[in-house]
Amino acid sequence: MSNGLLGIEKLDRAEIEAYLNRAKFFQTHGEGQFKKLDTLRGKTLVNLFFENSTRTRTSFEIAAKRLGADTISISSSGSSVSKGESLVDTLNTLAAMRPHAIVMRHAASGAPHFLARHLSMPIINAGDGMHEHPTQALLDALTILDHRPMLEGLRVAIIGDIIHSRVARSNIYLLSKFGAEVVLCGPAPMLPPELAKLAPGVTITHDIREAIGGAHVIMMLRVQLERQHETPFPPGDYFRFYGLRLEHLSLAQPDAIVMHPGPINRGREISSEVADSRHSVILNQVENGVAIRMAVLEKVMGAE
Amino acid sequence: MSSLLIKNGRVMDPASKLDTITDIAISDGKIVAIDKGIESFGDTEVFDASGRIVAPGFIDMHVHLREPGFEHSETIETGGRAAAAGGFTSVCCMPNTNPVNDSAVVTTYIIERARRASPVHVFPIGAITKGSAGEELASIGAMKQAGIVAISDDGRPVMNARVMRRAMESARAFGLPVINHCEDLNLSAGGDMHEGFESIKLGLRGIPACSEDVMVARDILLAEVTGARYHVAHISARHSVEMVKFAKMRGLPVTSEVCPHHFTLCDSDIAPYDSNFKMKPPLRSCFDVAAVTEGLVNGAIDVIATDHAPHPGSEKMQEFERCPFGITGLETAIGLSLEQLVHTGRISLMRMIEMYTIEPNRVLNLGKGRLEVGGAADITIFDTGREWAFDLNKSQSKSRNSPFDGRVFKGGQIATIVTGRIVWRLES
Repeated sequence: MSNGLLGIEKLDRAEIEAYLNRAKFFQTHGEGQFKKLDTLRGKTLVNLFFENSTRTRTSFEIAAKRLGADTISISSSGSSVSKGESLVDTLNTLAAMRPHAIVMRHAASGAPHFLARHLSMPIINAGDGMHEHPTQALLDALTILDHRPMLEGLRVAIIGDIIHSRVARSNIYLLSKFGAEVVLCGPAPMLPPELAKLAPGVTITHDIREAIGGAHVIMMLRVQLERQHETPFPPGDYFRFYGLRLEHLSLAQPDAIVMHPGPINRGREISSEVADSRHSVILNQVENGVAIRMAVLEKVMGAE
Repeated sequence: MSSLLIKNGRVMDPASKLDTITDIAISDGKIVAIDKGIESFGDTEVFDASGRIVAPGFIDMHVHLREPGFEHSETIETGGRAAAAGGFTSVCCMPNTNPVNDSAVVTTYIIERARRASPVHVFPIGAITKGSAGEELASIGAMKQAGIVAISDDGRPVMNARVMRRAMESARAFGLPVINHCEDLNLSAGGDMHEGFESIKLGLRGIPACSEDVMVARDILLAEVTGARYHVAHISARHSVEMVKFAKMRGLPVTSEVCPHHFTLCDSDIAPYDSNFKMKPPLRSCFDVAAVTEGLVNGAIDVIATDHAPHPGSEKMQEFERCPFGITGLETAIGLSLEQLVHTGRISLMRMIEMYTIEPNRVLNLGKGRLEVGGAADITIFDTGREWAFDLNKSQSKSRNSPFDGRVFKGGQIATIVTGRIVWRLES
């Protein structure tokens, strides 16, 4: 078993805080012209993306380069995966080239866990199916902490297609570990009651106004059309019932922040006015993604 | 001629209610005497069964032998050897081969192959519909004449209720039971494990218990309409168990079977994303496990069957959601049954033997499952106290997909005798 980063669920507060504190250092270090570090000089990182991604892949790549590592990015369409090679064979092939870590995104839940059992090098989960997306939850926490002194006591509304969301799961685990109150909101077929049992302090509502009421943080999720095998909610009605509009923000705390893991669908889950409002920290999230991934890569690849 | 004498075993035969320490003499494949103090004669081979249980040959009424068509997973020969190594003298093989066993030609092929290659008796089960596609009835009558003992589209359900009704009518006329794999595909669509907290946590699509329940309910109603003998394959959900009990109370000829893994493991026992825990029906909640166990005790469940479903490593070594469903089960069935049912005091040892012998025989009329002078010498010898560990690498099956590798059992199979011949015995 490698010591990479597969999920938030199994981490303790101290481990999470270590990532966040180190990322805070990289945040300030990055002001102005970024000076490249050589922490990971001579080390090789493989970015293996079996699922399309722009921001996460780019973010890992920039983070690695800023730490001085060499990176190789492989996406499934340009690799032997598209020629029918199995996951194990692909990874064995890559492992034979002895990279120092593998960042992996995959449409199947548990794919990185499966590999971690069979390979000795660290694996960093960059999103697996409907399971976890740990670096997203870390960068979300970092973004919240840019605006709030602590996570404890905050009311965080996560709104959208929760059941299909790895971002939601990782955030639920992280926020709960730090004593935040998490309200999940979405159409009933996308929000089974078992989700409330994932972690302490999690509640469920199907009413967006109730979810937003008093919220310090509003996290909107993308409707994961590619993961739905059916149409559990009429697409035409989605924005009407679960789209975030300006009028909702008056229900939240006055200085509430609006987050979204991206890519956003304007007019589907979030109105343009909200996405571009002073409450929106969506671009800060992207920026913080690099700092968090630097912290993760340094921890995972840095130790000899 | 060849003869065998089994000495000093505790002979337990549910059919005759025999439970005593005695000897069994076998000659020319038949039992010639069951009596105390039989002396060996001539070149008789003597098997010392002191401290062992000597029972009628166990029947596994639900296995997948994969031949013809999927010989890379299992063959009639290797599956037969695994059955022998598991203490079974008879197995019934499901028709989801390639081609599907939906005609007398395939039935005959399987029977002929088994006669030459398998150390144990093989009874084919024919398909309900052509290609098990769920639409047009298969050649049920012709397959019956060729030797099938039941019909089933196992691996797939019969989704169309009208087709199921017609199948039941035909099956009744031909004197065959109908076995259904109960799963409403619209409810289970795309699922990989039991729907519940665990599937939500792992981010895997769920197979809800209700996908089994609604079809069990439908089939019981159709069985009443048609008068067919109906058997629920691998029952796993608590409401399904209750409905089978209800059907029995109404006097309907409805029976059910449970697999050892379904009374042993629940969804929270799954090693995350380990495909050796992936099968259909899936490992259910702990409440369902309790309910099937209760069903075993109260009579809702008649039979223990393994649903032995071999798949080669290359197919099981993938992303969880891409792996095929199914685990092997022949060699761990007795160990798990003792562990979960007998050692815990839930059922008696005699009842366990019934569920592997006269109960499956009652469903299928195989003419097997009892010890009687003049009858075929199919005998399972096992013990209840010896500690042993299941070593998957030594499995006789061609495949290695089991979640029970390394599990330590108390009691298990010692020897398997088919038509008077020892086809497997524990290496000492």
